[in-house]
Amino acid sequence: MPLRTTAWRSSRLVAALCLLTLVLAGCSPEHYPQTTLLPRGDFARIADDLLDTTVKWAVLVFVLVEGALVYSIFRFRGKPGDSEPHQTHGNTTVEIIWTVIPALILAAIAVPTVQAIFLTNATPKADALRIEVVGHQWWWEFRYPEYNLTTANEIHVPMGRTVSLHMGSADVIHSFWLPQFAAKRDVFANRETRLWFKAEVVGEYPGQCAEFCGIQHARMGYRIRAQKPEEFQAWVAHMQTLAPKPPPAAKPAPVPKPAAGARSDQEVRTASAGATVQPVAGQGPDYATGEKLFQAKGCVACHALYAVNAPKGMIGPNLANVGARSYIAAGTLKNTDENMARWIQNPQVIKKGVLMPNLGVTEPEARALVAFLRAHQ
Amino acid sequence: MATRVLDQHDVRAVGHGEKTGLWSWITTVDHKRIGILYGTTAFIFFLLGGIEALLIRIQLGSPENTFLSAERYNELFTMHGTTMIFLAIMPLSAMFFNFMIPLQIGARDVAFPRLNAFSYWVFLAGGLFLNSSWLFGLAPDTGWFGYANLTSTQYSPGLNVDFWMIGLQVLGIASLAAAVNFFVTIVNLRAPGMKLMRMPMFVWMSFITQVLLLLAFPVITVALFLLMFDRFFGTHFFVPSGGGDPILWQHLFWIFGHPEVYILILPAFGIISEVLPVFSRKPLFGYAAMVFSGVFIAFLGFGVWAHHMFATGMGPIADAFFALSTMLIAIPTGVKIFNWMGTMWGGSLQFRTPMYFAIGFIAMFIIGGLSGVMHASPPADLQQTDTYFVVAHFHYVLFGGSIFGLTAGAYYWWPKMFGRMLNESLGKVHFWLMLIGFNLTFFPMHFLGLNGMPRRTYTYPKGLGFETLNQIETAGSFLLAVAFLVFLVNVFQSWRKPRNAPADPWNGATLEWSIPSPPQEFNFAEIPVVHGRDAFWEMKRERRGPLPEPARVSGRGIHMPNPSYWPVVAAIGVLAVLLSLMFLPHFGPLGVVVAAGVLFLGVFKWAFEPAG
Repeated sequence: MPLRTTAWRSSRLVAALCLLTLVLAGCSPEHYPQTTLLPRGDFARIADDLLDTTVKWAVLVFVLVEGALVYSIFRFRGKPGDSEPHQTHGNTTVEIIWTVIPALILAAIAVPTVQAIFLTNATPKADALRIEVVGHQWWWEFRYPEYNLTTANEIHVPMGRTVSLHMGSADVIHSFWLPQFAAKRDVFANRETRLWFKAEVVGEYPGQCAEFCGIQHARMGYRIRAQKPEEFQAWVAHMQTLAPKPPPAAKPAPVPKPAAGARSDQEVRTASAGATVQPVAGQGPDYATGEKLFQAKGCVACHALYAVNAPKGMIGPNLANVGARSYIAAGTLKNTDENMARWIQNPQVIKKGVLMPNLGVTEPEARALVAFLRAHQ
Repeated sequence: MATRVLDQHDVRAVGHGEKTGLWSWITTVDHKRIGILYGTTAFIFFLLGGIEALLIRIQLGSPENTFLSAERYNELFTMHGTTMIFLAIMPLSAMFFNFMIPLQIGARDVAFPRLNAFSYWVFLAGGLFLNSSWLFGLAPDTGWFGYANLTSTQYSPGLNVDFWMIGLQVLGIASLAAAVNFFVTIVNLRAPGMKLMRMPMFVWMSFITQVLLLLAFPVITVALFLLMFDRFFGTHFFVPSGGGDPILWQHLFWIFGHPEVYILILPAFGIISEVLPVFSRKPLFGYAAMVFSGVFIAFLGFGVWAHHMFATGMGPIADAFFALSTMLIAIPTGVKIFNWMGTMWGGSLQFRTPMYFAIGFIAMFIIGGLSGVMHASPPADLQQTDTYFVVAHFHYVLFGGSIFGLTAGAYYWWPKMFGRMLNESLGKVHFWLMLIGFNLTFFPMHFLGLNGMPRRTYTYPKGLGFETLNQIETAGSFLLAVAFLVFLVNVFQSWRKPRNAPADPWNGATLEWSIPSPPQEFNFAEIPVVHGRDAFWEMKRERRGPLPEPARVSGRGIHMPNPSYWPVVAAIGVLAVLLSLMFLPHFGPLGVVVAAGVLFLGVFKWAFEPAG
């Protein structure tokens, strides 16, 4: 029968294509820096373990049910001249069995689910590192009250210490997503939401907003850097040198007393002791011009240039260490001089709708601003 | 009554009634014509939604693509979702409600024929209004879910959200009016002997759908009115800076939105439950279990809404409750799938096109159901929500489920509706292209989602690994488009050929197959008396063989309602009232008065018009 051969050939094609898809896709989450399938934090591991449990059951059910379906397609194919098949209307025993078995499978999923729900909703211990996350259209603000630091679009966390995120929004709903370390949690303007995780490995990874939040939702990425505790402390110490420029005589902003972790606190103080107020790297004539332009072009109205005691509620991202970040414009562009100059001159083309207007910055002006900002390491 | 048998070639026997021409379609109150109007309109919107999907897929075919701008992309994904849900799947189901419910229960029309016309015209007005936003470059752009407070005037000052809000409000009125109508029709107009537990399963699932519509749509109506007050009159129901709460919107939206999922899938369940027995030559397995699982799904459907909101952080008690209630729904859904397979088991399967799509439905819907259980688990869902994993899941339910089911229904009932057979070979080509295209488009999305691709992003950077699978998906989406082109060719061919469908081409089980194809205006020359389930099989069994081809009769003496244009006027009035509110700053209160006048005129004249 020609029709039958066509159908058979097509079904083999389907099988081949499905297999191809599986091979291409399923095998290597390593190729996906944002993958949820290689958990690198305890919270993400809980989610991944649950996924594994359900996937195992799902695959079993899939194989059995689709297998039975395919079997009946071939086994019960009608032939011309067949007499009317036996007219069954049902079978109570069978129907009870196939109601009870799925219920048991669901129970096998429900028990670890409920356990994990309570585990993930637990309040982290007091020694957790508190980080405040604020979602803005379309960038992320990170504050470390323990160290009185503010930064943007690049969050640093220490490996092995639980991080407790206290989150909110400056405008609409966003969702803070840490695919490798935790999961996601929506952020709101009128309530605090929380999430915790402990990084188990070091490394730099991308993350991004996961709740549609307007025209540039796609360009609301951030980077997370999980660091060894000593590297993290060094970063904190360095950040604490990025204090407001005047008055030069003032002591670095007082470090608020952390709830615990006295050793790291001491390190911070030591590192802060001899700090200069402004970064020194790469200062040249362009730097001075850039510094003036930063005022003249009005950049300063929205961006803070220091990490310590930075004001809350700034419209644009904190730029205290912008020169050292790996991306600019919330994960949009690699942080090269060329990209930064492009961005300064024409943000509305690169990220239309962003709150930063085109300010009529000329090319030499952009070069000077880049030199100035690049020095903010 | 019904004395004179008409010759087959008599012009008066052609079509569904005696009258033809545009005016007869505008004023029609015949449920079959209104069904065809629903179907045609919805299919055009379906193609529009499909084109929107193709544009989305082209954009996502490569990283950092500039084929679409960010605004255009956001408009397209918003309108794709809104169109497919409200303007394609729901009205395609409404086509079958309209055409088939009266025929399957042995009635001459729906309970309120003019209200039925009103529903259609309001639906058309809402659909055209929503899509007219494209002409002004102001298409809605905040997603089909329209989460507050992005929809507030502060963050969405343009008319885009107004078009969405008012369009949905209008469509809701159409759905509610239709739901009242079909509810009453099924309760009151069943033929003698058609007890509730003898109703065809499609009628049962449609009945449950109407109950869901009646209970769920008022919630979105209220939510949209609150949003309208926020936007037009400066209230702060959803605006945090004014003391409102954006989460309130999410609760209201999903209390409507989750039952809506069952509104979209239950009619397909019903269609499959009609097709499988007929093409297995065996009655539906476990009829009572099918009815009660449907009722149970609908009931539970109102207790699971917050599983769309696990990421908002509702706390462990709420998370656990909604996780468990969601998992519970898998049990009655599983019962349905097993009963469908039980229907096929031991049957004599006839592999005609409707059967292909029905089996395709089961195979694909299983996948959608299983991925649904995966994100019923909140900690796992915290990774999956708002990623392409969810996009994969609901397309397996709504495309693999609803669209496969509705397509099965289209091939199954086409001969009855139009009196013409569709081409079997083209139908099977359509099926295979659709099955392969569908899986190529949506299966890789599972992996993309779990590997970190978020939803609703107009582009993605290089280096995140998303390139290859997105390319495959884009190719698959074009295969899907070809599949529906094949369907269009099939329709076009059948339209050019003369009527060739007998009354009962598939050895059908239900009453619609006992009357000529297409049915005459009055459906049944004599109202049938029903003695059991599968009423038409019963009749044939009593006669021990196929019945003679039913003759077309004159229908003289059968009272049918008169055509009326007042429902159209009332429908225009509904849209006018909401438009006058949207343009209140431009036209002032006088606009509202004029619009309300049109609505009042339509309703008044309709109410006092003699029925026939």
